[in-house]
Order: sequence, then structure tokens, then C-alpha cells
Amino acid sequence: MSTLFYLSSLVAIVATLMVITRYHPIHALLYLVVSFLAVAMIFLSLGAPFVAVLEVIIYAGAIMVLFIFVVMMLNLDKDTALQEKQWLRPRVWVGPALLTLVLLLEIGVLLVRGDLPALQLAVVTPRQVALSLYGEYLIAVELAGFLLMAGIVGAAHIGKHKKESLHRFLREETDAHEASAGDAREVHTGDGEGIPEKERKTWQL
Amino acid sequence: MAVVNIDRVLFVAAVLFLLGLTGVLTRKNILFMLISIEIMLNAAGLAFVAAGSKWHQPDGQAMFLFILAMAAAEVSVGLALVMQIWHQHKTMDVEDLNKLKDE
Amino acid sequence: MNELAYIPALPLLGFLVLALGGRRMSQKAVAITGAGSVCAAALLTMVLCGQFFGSGAVGAAAGHASPASVHYDLQLGQWFHAGALSISFGLRVDSLSLVFMFIITFVGALIHLYSTAFMRGDRDYARFFACMNLFVCAMLILVMADNLVLLYLGWEGVGLCSYLLIGFWYDSPANCLAANKAFIITRIGDTALLIGLFLLFKELATLDIAAILRQSPGHFRLGSPVITLIALLFLAGGMGKSAQLPLQTWLPDAMAGPSPVSALIHAATMVTAGVYLIARMHVLFQLSPLAMTVTAITGALTLLVAACSAMVQTDIKRILAYSTISQIGYMFLALGVGAYGAAIFHFFTHAFFKALLFLAAGAVIESLHHEHNIFRMGGLKDKLPVVYWTFLAGAASLAALPLVSAGFYSKEQILWYAWRAANGGTALWLAALAGAVITAFYSTRLLLVVFWGEAKTSVSSRPGRLITIPLIILAFLSLTAGFVEWPHNLLPVHLFSGFLQSVLPAPATRSGGETIGQLLAVMATLAGIGVGYQLYHRQPEIGIITRWQQRPLAAAIRNFLFGGWGFDRLYDTLFVRPLVSITRLNRADIFDQLYVAVVRAARTGHRLLSASQNGSLRWYAVGVLMGILFILTLLL
Repeated sequence: MSTLFYLSSLVAIVATLMVITRYHPIHALLYLVVSFLAVAMIFLSLGAPFVAVLEVIIYAGAIMVLFIFVVMMLNLDKDTALQEKQWLRPRVWVGPALLTLVLLLEIGVLLVRGDLPALQLAVVTPRQVALSLYGEYLIAVELAGFLLMAGIVGAAHIGKHKKESLHRFLREETDAHEASAGDAREVHTGDGEGIPEKERKTWQL
Repeated sequence: MAVVNIDRVLFVAAVLFLLGLTGVLTRKNILFMLISIEIMLNAAGLAFVAAGSKWHQPDGQAMFLFILAMAAAEVSVGLALVMQIWHQHKTMDVEDLNKLKDE
Repeated sequence: MNELAYIPALPLLGFLVLALGGRRMSQKAVAITGAGSVCAAALLTMVLCGQFFGSGAVGAAAGHASPASVHYDLQLGQWFHAGALSISFGLRVDSLSLVFMFIITFVGALIHLYSTAFMRGDRDYARFFACMNLFVCAMLILVMADNLVLLYLGWEGVGLCSYLLIGFWYDSPANCLAANKAFIITRIGDTALLIGLFLLFKELATLDIAAILRQSPGHFRLGSPVITLIALLFLAGGMGKSAQLPLQTWLPDAMAGPSPVSALIHAATMVTAGVYLIARMHVLFQLSPLAMTVTAITGALTLLVAACSAMVQTDIKRILAYSTISQIGYMFLALGVGAYGAAIFHFFTHAFFKALLFLAAGAVIESLHHEHNIFRMGGLKDKLPVVYWTFLAGAASLAALPLVSAGFYSKEQILWYAWRAANGGTALWLAALAGAVITAFYSTRLLLVVFWGEAKTSVSSRPGRLITIPLIILAFLSLTAGFVEWPHNLLPVHLFSGFLQSVLPAPATRSGGETIGQLLAVMATLAGIGVGYQLYHRQPEIGIITRWQQRPLAAAIRNFLFGGWGFDRLYDTLFVRPLVSITRLNRADIFDQLYVAVVRAARTGHRLLSASQNGSLRWYAVGVLMGILFILTLLL
């Protein structure tokens, strides 16, 4: 099983590397699916079959579908890829990459120094997980439910295709502007009928 | 079952996490940043599961489930935001979205 | 003796009422409150005097043995308490305090009555009376305090009120400068006094006056450096308040205030505080012959210097101011030779005639459209008869006209003690005698120039009854107040010194020469009057004065005297200008740079940090990454 672990780890790392270096969003997402599948394999090798299945279903399935859906809706095609190519210059990525490399080294040193014992793997069955979830983590599960609900409501609200309005104050401003422009036009064009005397005076001022 | 050193697993998780972080830092496209954040969340979940396996406890997997729920919620909201941004700014460049900048 | 507390409390109450509600009161109500409180205090004081005499103090005057000095004590409560030091609001009234209280309240009440008419129509009528009441209250606290800290409270209160009243018409910068000058110069003396209090407390561990007077003869060696230092510091305090020689320059400028204020400052309050302090602390001074000598010399010099300046002034109030300095100089001289009773007696008579002179001068000035220059007055004898006759009484008393004026009795006593007292000497006596000649001269000059001769300014208004009645009362007292104490070779009447005997010991004297001394004093006075009469009335046409003024040397001397012996210029060069130049040097505010640097650092930090808030999400993520790196590096 350790072979499975190393192999799938390799696949996961390489696929993830591909994800963050692709220019085209669809390519990146496909590599991301590969990465998720590889991580699912790692879970399996670690003796967590339930989580491995969830990884495939939710991450590689549902979430990826969401991403691809958005990419298709926004019609991100070759232009985006071209732009990505322009954006992703060595000047841009060398610095962060070096920083993260240093961080990786430090984590590595910490891990080696920790001198952790070998992992005696044992399968943790879905039953155990379920008992734990609906036993001690019941409230956390409820909270996760709330979170998801909030996510749905938030996504539905934000995703509504609204007019170009950044902020309610800004909108009021533009509204007011439009309204006054309309009124002014009315005064100029119309002969003043329908506008009270006092109001007309104000406009003229 | 086979024996895998826990530090190896954690190292793989760290590599994945840092790859995600690199993605967040290097990509200007907000969609790619979201993808990278997914990678980071996934790596964190991997670390949890590894720890749960070490102690033969289901808690690690439970935590992974919560992370999963959180990631799902975050992705849905995040993608909705991406769509709004695209509609309103016609751009995916996160550098253009700096309205919070201190003038 | 609970009514004791009401004497200072009534003016204080008047002050509080006027200060808090004066704006909303009518002028009549203000006048009734302001003058009424002091009049009530004066009546209470007189009742107290009656009780005092009734309780056997007079026995001492009649020659009976009265070993225990009669006094009233009243504890009003604790003020503060710190370690071994416990200060209470304690009042203690003995015959010395009583003399001062009588003068303060009685003369003060007359001045208040006068002010109700004099200040009528002033914009800040209520503020004026509030300050005057507080002034009287502070002075009463000063003389009634049973410990030195309470005395110091009154001392500072007097200084504050003088500041407020000298700068009463604050819209003129000159008045404000005069107020500042008075406050700052008297503060020099106050500081010395405060240091003296500290030293005294360090030595005796008490500030209770009675305890100090009791303990110090046993505690201090005669003439030891400590007691000399303390006495000199007390003397410096007295010099500041009483405008004695090095610190006298504030008093002539203090004329910027309204005339009643000048009267109050010069007659009843403020300048006599130094005299009171030294008389009250005479035990300390007696332990230090050096301090006594210094006091006497200070007094002698001051009386000469101020008298010479008074001789050439043209402003009526400045003449009176210099004469006050001179007369207080006499008191210091008397204190210095140990004749405390004589000093207090002179204070007693001086209060009447100086208040009278100032109030009369105020009436004159008011009648002549605020004209201060005496050479533009003249011929007022017929137009303002009441003022003239009362002024004549005051001037006679100031000049010490023999037998008929109060000033004669007190000044003669001082002259005699200056000559024949154990501490006295011929030099001091001669200085005092010369001062007497000059005093008589300038008194005559003042009277003749102002009231005789030709009218040069028309009289606009005549003083009302509220102004003339106080003048008449004071004039009466200026003439008769001296009869309570006679030179003992003329009449065996010694009411005043007998009254004070329990508190202030009579000095040891060398007998002999009394008649000669008196004759010389009388002749000095008459000579001064005669010269004045000659120069300013008999022969104004010949114009000796104008001819003198054309000579450069005489004019230079005259200008030197006119400027108060150049003390103002001296202080200006010695202290004011160096200080001003130091402040100018430090205009860039070197020490402020420190704080400016702090501000600049904060600004720079702000700019750097706000630059980091650039709205770039990736930049923030890098920040997070750096933080993680930092923490992990620490863990390594």
C-alpha cells in the first residue's frame, strides 16, 4: 500500500503543479480533477475509504462542475488563456515561488526533526465516522448545515444579474443624476405644464 | 496494512498546500486564485485525515467533512462573486479590484 | 467667640454672591451686597474690640500686670494633614491682629462706601466689588490666621486680588502690564517667604504661630545662621508685598487700577502685610541682630529713595504711591530698631490719612475728566471745598504737622526710637529726619499745586455725598487718631502701646534728648512745609523751579528721580532683557524637537503602513506568508 501512497502522491503533486501553471482555465480544471482523484487515492491508502469517496463525489464531482459551469457561462476561451500567458511572467512568479520554497524547506525541517513514528495504518470505517459525526460532532454538523445554507442563499443573492451598481450610495447618486437630468430636459423641452410654479422656479435657478 | 511514515504524508500535504499558495500568489486571474484556494483546502484536509489515521480515530475524517462543507459554501459564494465581477468590470484581474485601497 | 469666623466669612460670602450672580443683579443690589458685607464685618470687628477691651486688655494699658496676653482662638476645622504636619483653619485674634482687623474692615468699609458712588456706571460694577470683597477677606485671613500656612493663603490671596484689581480695566495693555508687574515682583517675595516657611518647619516641625513664638527662643541661638536666614527670607517676603527697596517698583505702576483700589492697597491691605508679618514674627527677628539691622537699613533707604521720587512726580497718584513706599519705609525702620509698637502705630495713622488722600485724589481726578497731572489742576480750593479741607487734613497728617495731626504722633515716635532705641543710631535717625523734611515738602507741593493757584481745568462734576462722607470721617480720624498715644514727656497717655504691650514688647531705649529730638522733628516738618510754600506758592512768578529745570544737571537729577532712581531700567537690563533674549534663543524650541520627532516618526510609520494597504489581494497574501515564515523561523 505504501507504493500506492507514493505513486498517487507523485501524481497529485505533478497534477497540482500543472493546475497552477496552465493558462487555459479548462485545462487547469481538468488537471485539478486529476489532482483530486490522486488525493482520493491517498486517502484510500491511508485507510479512509469514506473520505476518498466523498473527495471524488464532492470535490471532483460537484465543485468541479461548478467551476466548469462558471467558466462556460463566462465564456472564458482563448483570449483569457492569452491574457494569462501575458500575466504569468517569471518576474511575477519567481518571488512567491521562492518564498513558498523556503516555507516548504522549513516545514520539511520541522517534520524531519519531529522524528515521528511510522504510521500503523488501520481502516477507519464509514460507520465509525458516522457515529462520530452524529455523536460528538452533532452541533458542528448542524453548524455546517447552516454554513451551507448561508452559502446557497449568498450565492443566489450575489449571483443575481443586477444592473451596474457597485454600491447603494453610488446607485442613488446615479439615480438622482438621471432623474435631475430627465427633469431638466423636461423643463427645457416642455412648456412648463404639469410642473408646479414653485418647482419650476427652483429648476430655473 | 502497509507502513507509511506520517511525516511523508504531512510532507505531501505541505507540498500541495504550498503549491496552492504559490498559485494564489502568482495568478492574477481571480478564477485561478479560487482554484488554488481549493487546492489549499484539500491539502489541509489531507493533513487532517493523515492525523486521524495515525491515531485510528474518526475525528480526522469528520474534520475533513467540515472542510468539505466549508469549501463547497465558499466555492458557491466565490463563484457567484466572480460572475458579478465579470459582469461589472469585464475583467478577471484581481489587481483591478482595489477599491479598498487607502487613497 | 464664634462670631470671629464671620468677620472674614462675610466678605467671602459677598465675593461668592457677586462673583456667581453679580451679572444678574442690579447696581443697587451689587452695591448693597458689596459694601454691606464689609460694613457688617466692620461692625462685628468693633463689637469684638469692645469685648476685647472689656475682657481686661485695658488693664494692661492702665499699668496693671497682665501676664497672660489676651487672645481669642477659634478652630474651624482641619485643612489638611500630612505626616507630622497638620494644618487647620484656625483663627487667633490678639491685640495686634485686632488693630489690623479694625483698620482693614473699618477703612475697607469706608472705601467700599466711597466706591459705590465712585464706580457707578462702570461696566463691571459687580466684578469690582467681588474682587474688593475677596481682597478684604484675604487680608483678614492673613492677619487672623493662627498658623503660617493659613497666613500664606491670605498672603497669596492678597497678591491675586491686587493683580485682579490693578488690571481691572484690562482693555488697556498698560494696565495689564502693571498688573503683571505687581504680581511677578511680589511673587519674588512670596517665594522667599515660602522658602522661609519650609526652613522654619524643618527646624521647629510646626507652623503654628504661637508655638513658633514660644519655641524659637529656646531652639535658636542668638544670631545663628539658620535664624538669620529665616528672618531674612521673611524680610524678603515682606519687602515684596510692602514694596520695600529692591522690590518697590511695582507700587507706582499699580496706580493703573481705580482709585479706591489704590486706597485699599495702600491703606488697609496688601502693602501692610509685610509690616504685619514682621511684627507678628518679631521673636524670630529679635534672635537675629543682622536681620534687624537689614530691616532698619532697608526701611531707611526706602523712605529716602521713595521720598525723593515723590518730590518730582507730576501724577497725583504716583506722588501718593511714592509717599506710601516712603511711609512703609518708616514702618520698616521702626520694626528694624525694635520699635514694633511704633511701627504698628504708624500703620494705624497712615491707614487713615493715606486712604483719605487716595480717595480725595480719586474725587479730584474724577471731577477733572480723569486728569492725573497736578500741573494741569489748580484752583480747586473753592470749587471742591470738602475735598480740599479733607485733603488738607490728610496732607497735614502725611507731613506730620505737629500736635494737630495723627501723623505727627506716630512719626515722632519712630524718629525718637530710630535715634534712641538700642538698635537705632544717629545715621538712621538722620535718614528719617531727612525723609520727614522731604515728606513735608512734597505734601505741601502737592496740596498747593492741586488746590491753590489758578484753575487750569474746569470742574465737570462735584462729588456726591457717598464720596464726601467717607472723606470727612477719614479726615477726622487723620487728625485725631494720634491722640491715643502721646510722647511721654508731653502727656502720659499710652493707650496704643499699652494695648499692644501684651504682644509686642517695647524696645530698650537710651533716655535723654527727647525734647531736642521732638524739636528737631518739628523743625524738619516746618522747614519742609516752608520750602514748599516758598517754591510753589510765594514765588511761582520768579520761577525758581523753571529755572532749575533749564539747567542740564538739575534736569538730569530730576529725571533720575522721576524715573524712580532708574530701578525699572536697571531691572530691565539685569533681568528682563536677558530673559527675553534667552527666550528668543529658544524660540525654535529645542526641547520641542523631541516631540516633533515623535510626531514625525508616527507620520512616517503611518505613511509606510498605509502604503502597505494598497488594495492588492496578492500583496496581502504575501504578507500572510511572510508572517507564517517568520513564526516558523522562530520555531526552528
